[in-house]
Amino acid sequence: MEKTDALLRPVLREDLPDFRPGDTVKVHVRVVEGGKERIQVFQGMVIRRQGSAIRETFTCRKISFNNVGVERTFPVHSPMIAKLEIVTHGDVRRAKLYYLRSRVGRAAKVKEKRF
Amino acid sequence: MADVTKGILGTKIGMTQIFDEASRVIPVTVVQAGPCRISAVRSPEKDGYSAIQLAFGEVPERKLNRPELGHLKTVSLPPMRHLVELRLATTDGFELGQEILADVFAKGERVDVVANSKGKGFSGVMRRHGFKGLSSSHGTERKHRSPGSVGASATPSRIFKGMKMGGHLGAGRVTILNLEVVEADPRRNLLLIRGAVPGPNGCLVLVRSSVRAKEAKA
Repeated sequence: MEKTDALLRPVLREDLPDFRPGDTVKVHVRVVEGGKERIQVFQGMVIRRQGSAIRETFTCRKISFNNVGVERTFPVHSPMIAKLEIVTHGDVRRAKLYYLRSRVGRAAKVKEKRF
Repeated sequence: MADVTKGILGTKIGMTQIFDEASRVIPVTVVQAGPCRISAVRSPEKDGYSAIQLAFGEVPERKLNRPELGHLKTVSLPPMRHLVELRLATTDGFELGQEILADVFAKGERVDVVANSKGKGFSGVMRRHGFKGLSSSHGTERKHRSPGSVGASATPSRIFKGMKMGGHLGAGRVTILNLEVVEADPRRNLLLIRGAVPGPNGCLVLVRSSVRAKEAKA
């Protein structure tokens, strides 16, 4: 692992801001449709970051229409991500926020971090 | 089947992943390929077959014995750890002492990879031959992973040869056909090959042009 990582280090992205589980982020996703590229924004709360180096991924959860939860997992270093914006920082005590899945409405809220 | 036209020796470094143009994740094996030198050329006239002998991995002189040193000395090459012959249809374009780098392969080319697989030691029939084993309940005692019956009774009163049983698994020559070269970097002597390659990290691998690949427009 270490050896392959060292070889491919330049591939890692360093332009993304630091973000943690609990943060609400806007992920600007490059979408290619019919040969044309456009940007699609996926806004949701980060409920997990896992893996390391080039294998690292994070999962965003948002509540879509009709209260349907939608989760999308992105590789952190993927060129598919055009930009990542942090909307709010959340104040959470754990690394994996799976408990949000079983909560609806106000109970699924995460406190905003006060600095 | 296509003939082998070229090949290179290398060391398996390990697996990782990269992103392609469409941002898809591709699993790749990184192989430190070359630099190799050609330490012998076999011809049908002299040896009865065509082949090139690839030398790879420079080592201090004390690591080799005298026959090995002598052979490399006659072709004026430095001491190299690995000497492997590669049978070719024709040795045209290859000459003694020629250097072979990772750029013998190009992106998108199809290759076969040969290496010694990881040794698994003495393995039972479930692992070695994919047997189902016996029931985990219904009165089975202490033989959940056993092969069951291996033969009949008084006739033939012996076990047939080649019966699948437990035994040594792995640590043998394995060839994986038709893998894709994702990237070739002669500057850093690297080949990225899509998918897995036999053997532990650090083992010697032979990468050769594929015998299975569809003939490209030549």
